[in-house]
Amino acid sequence: MMTTDPALTICARGLSRRFGTHVAVKALDLDVRRGEVLGLLGPNGAGKTTTMQMLTGNLAPSAGEIRICDIDLLEKPVLAKARIGYLPETPPLYRELNVREYLDLAAKLHRVPKPRRAAAVDTAMTRCGLSDVSRKLIGTLSKGYQQRVGIAQAIVHEPDVIILDEPTVGLDPNQILDIRALIRELGGKHSVILSTHILPEVEAVCDRVQIMHHGVVVFTDTIAGLRDFQRGRTVTISLHRPPDINTLRSISGVAGVEAAGDGRFRIQFAPGSDPSEALVSAAGAGDWGLYQLTPAQSSLEDVFVQLTRPAEPS
Amino acid sequence: MIFTIAGKELRTLFTSPLAWLVLTVVQVVLGYGFLKRLDDFLQIQAQLAQMASPPGITELVAAPTYATAAAMLLFAVPLLAMRMIAEERRNQTLTLLLSAPVSMTQIILGKFAGLMAFLLIIIVLVLAMPLLLVTGTRLDYGLLAGLTLALLLLATSFSAVSLYASSLTAQPMAAALLGFGVLLAMLFMGETAGDSLRARGWQVPAAFAQVFSPLKNFEPLGRGIIDSYAIVCPLLLTAAFLILAIRRLDGRRLRG
Repeated sequence: MMTTDPALTICARGLSRRFGTHVAVKALDLDVRRGEVLGLLGPNGAGKTTTMQMLTGNLAPSAGEIRICDIDLLEKPVLAKARIGYLPETPPLYRELNVREYLDLAAKLHRVPKPRRAAAVDTAMTRCGLSDVSRKLIGTLSKGYQQRVGIAQAIVHEPDVIILDEPTVGLDPNQILDIRALIRELGGKHSVILSTHILPEVEAVCDRVQIMHHGVVVFTDTIAGLRDFQRGRTVTISLHRPPDINTLRSISGVAGVEAAGDGRFRIQFAPGSDPSEALVSAAGAGDWGLYQLTPAQSSLEDVFVQLTRPAEPS
Repeated sequence: MIFTIAGKELRTLFTSPLAWLVLTVVQVVLGYGFLKRLDDFLQIQAQLAQMASPPGITELVAAPTYATAAAMLLFAVPLLAMRMIAEERRNQTLTLLLSAPVSMTQIILGKFAGLMAFLLIIIVLVLAMPLLLVTGTRLDYGLLAGLTLALLLLATSFSAVSLYASSLTAQPMAAALLGFGVLLAMLFMGETAGDSLRARGWQVPAAFAQVFSPLKNFEPLGRGIIDSYAIVCPLLLTAAFLILAIRRLDGRRLRG
């Protein structure tokens, strides 16, 4: 029996999906609480979109269970879907309708009662910055505006759960900032899942992160946890007058030293025992001529390599 | 919810030139045929008057017009229905409907209702032509009602078949050809299969074959005969193909 925590808006257990012999998603567990923004990260083909399609009822899972606000999505799809707003990878826009007509249709389909419908459409348009183009045909809008219409469609019925598949694709930097602010705002009252492969985006808007690779969740933690992971467990120091490498190894907290030439050393350390301070004082005492100390900033790809290496059969 | 989807389909139809073209072509062809037959009727009216029980104007002018309309629906319905599911799949807009709190049945019935609403416009225009004659003559309202019902039932079964064809592919043109092909196959089969089965005394297979012969079921009603089996058959055919379309749509969710 699954837990019935009232704050838990999405709860998926053991979600799997096969396409023929190919396993796209394997035994995925996912929880999102009200007021939380979950970032779903992963390289192309990791299974993010498949997961989102399953969570929104567009694709039936091969195995597993999904509960939206404690309603079983597979048993009562209509009830559960009323609480979901979904922006798929390709926004489902009818090019021949204008923005207002389209959002009105989306609101009707999501059973927004008639007296509240006009106001709901207005709110969604204001939130997504669409008020100026409300009478324009969607087919004539630029890609960025179309993307915003797609987001507006997902939030027009004030759903408990908002699922956005790469919401900032095709937007210019200003629009990206606007949309991120909007997602943060939505995250206050609703639950949001967004997929992306842009790491700064995750840091800017998400509370928690799940990283997927080959259909499996390889990392799930808060943003702070991801930062620790990301910052890595290495610092690079550059010295004008480097000492013997064993001297560096003997400094407390240092787990390993690798010479990179030209007086540069890559120093590994155990989590929670950053030796930076000890290195600086040792450099001062020994007159090594320390001119640079940089914590290694690993990119998302590096995090992936780190995360997926043990899982991959060699 | 069905009406919301139907309204959207109707609106989409009218934003494309195709719907207007179909309306125009159908009306021009039917209007010309109607006036031609009316003219012929007026020419032979004198001879008819000498017959013991002469065929009336409804039989000689309205009935052939309805037959032409039936033939035109054979082309028009697959063209009108082709985009309904195929194009939504190609443009990936079907997601909006599939993610909304709407069942597969409601989606298909909504699209079907939208298509039928459009075809109803054609049928009303067909009916309007003989009705205009009421100013100058007496009409056989029973026959006219039978003809209209027959055309409506034909439109219903054509729509269901074409909608199913549209659910099979993501290419609207392929859907139209497929729908047209299936309807044509039914037409040819209906001409011969039912009769040859009945000639061999196989009543049940013959009755079954009649379900799949929409035009065969058009005939009795078109002569003003209320044959209940000929009314049930197109309804069965419609239900069967709508269920197939619903299952097809749900199959996409299951198979991906």
